[in-house]
Amino acid sequence: MNTTEVIRAENLTKIFKTRESEIVALKNINLSVKDGEFLCIVGPSGCGKTTLLRIFAGLEKQTLGKVYLRVKNTEKPLTAMVFQGDSVFPWMKVTENVEYGLRMRGVPTRERREIALKYLKLMGLEKFAGYYPHQLSGGMKQRINVARAFASDPEILLMDEPFGALDEQNRLILQQELLRIWEGSGKTTVFITHSIDEALLLGDRIIVMTAQPGRIKAILEVGMARPRDMLSIKSSPPFVQLYREIWELLREEVLKARDIKLKK
Amino acid sequence: MNAVEEKPNRIIKREEISEGASKSLQRRAFLFQILSFLSPLLLLLLWEILARLNAIDVRLFSSPSRIFAALVPLVSSGELLYHTLVSAWRILLGFIVGAVPGVLLGLSMGLFPPVKALLQPLVAVTFPIPKLAVMPLILIIFGLGESSKVFTIAIGVFYLVLINTMAGVLNIDTIYMDVARSFGASRVQFYTTVALPGALPMIFAGLKLGMGTALLLIVAAELSAARAGVGWMIWRAYDMFDIEKMFCALIVLAFLGYIFSYVLDFVEKVVIPWKNR
Repeated sequence: MNTTEVIRAENLTKIFKTRESEIVALKNINLSVKDGEFLCIVGPSGCGKTTLLRIFAGLEKQTLGKVYLRVKNTEKPLTAMVFQGDSVFPWMKVTENVEYGLRMRGVPTRERREIALKYLKLMGLEKFAGYYPHQLSGGMKQRINVARAFASDPEILLMDEPFGALDEQNRLILQQELLRIWEGSGKTTVFITHSIDEALLLGDRIIVMTAQPGRIKAILEVGMARPRDMLSIKSSPPFVQLYREIWELLREEVLKARDIKLKK
Repeated sequence: MNAVEEKPNRIIKREEISEGASKSLQRRAFLFQILSFLSPLLLLLLWEILARLNAIDVRLFSSPSRIFAALVPLVSSGELLYHTLVSAWRILLGFIVGAVPGVLLGLSMGLFPPVKALLQPLVAVTFPIPKLAVMPLILIIFGLGESSKVFTIAIGVFYLVLINTMAGVLNIDTIYMDVARSFGASRVQFYTTVALPGALPMIFAGLKLGMGTALLLIVAAELSAARAGVGWMIWRAYDMFDIEKMFCALIVLAFLGYIFSYVLDFVEKVVIPWKNR
């Protein structure tokens, strides 16, 4: 593992065994994530993107291969994950949810309240700090989910389609917000999305994965200057060019994934 | 084509809600309230009329006026209150003695697979035994005093709370466990921030079921070797063929059941403020 790498996966394979069948979710994944990089992963649904992220987060163990993560600062948590579904604890108030990671690390109440409030403000939720999640909309809960990961201040941020369930307007605002926070923090981020637009707006590099079994099909450098915003990049030639390239790669895989589903 | 030609540009108007319609909705809600209030009164009235007409045997079925006449001295002498308090105290104690270990054991069975593997068969085998069938054994072991009554109730409550608590833990969505793990929650932190709060709704479902069983068991437990209590009153009235007194005791039981479930609902609202009601 060279010094600029923060995550490195070598020949990573994950096989889910059930009584009737074996599903190869990931096959021979080799990749490295550089320090401070924003890496986006796109791929057809069911290609093992989430599994890859869960292995990085330590929630799942690979069947074969090696994964290395660099710990630079022992004070900070190594990873924090933004989950895809509704993962906000219904029994905690909004603030308590956001400060959960800090509480697990034993940060004093007062300090973590302050940090939580800061991220609630960034997410436009400070008015709802004392609410319970069931009083909020799905989009608001997803923002709590994002705020919770940021508040814990990890070295590596793992995000699994965090804006997938949001409406377009809120998504645009949060993407911009995420970029702003990320550019300020320089946090290494692995970000799963099904939106090519989103990947191009956010990512330094984009990994395109194949349909099941999930393999790396292509790695693209985005190379557009930062700070970016959707309005100005969307009509720029590199954006259009990359969009077409990624879509052609993905299209094949999405069609393949459809065939796999039909066969089942 | 000889289909019937429809008029083009037909306009359908959607009417706004009329004053009259919203008024009539309110009136209906009010009517329903009156109905649910009236139904017990009507039943009592019917009962009284049938008794007065000698259509039912008052020696067996009594009548509201007779029961009320018997109730007044029972209340004013303090006798009814005394028996009520005795029974309520036994229920409360039995409830606590049964529910506390039920919750603790249910949590550990839900959280630790080895504990579940160890205890599940025992629970599965002993749960179906009717608690009343164990009562004689309890009397032999605990004697004729208070503890045998408390323990009978405790046993009934224990199983219901245990089974519901365990189910509550096992049914917590795995995503919450993933969140706790990914943020590095320790074992203790996991119990206090995920397992216990996540299981609380089911724990309360168990407590409510347990309360019903406790009322059932108190009557049975006071059948034998008791000198006070609402259940004892019923059996005593049976011996004396005092139907009115029996009804008075039944009223107390209904009242106790209502109070206990009210208290449980209240505590639930305080403990689980996050539940969507």
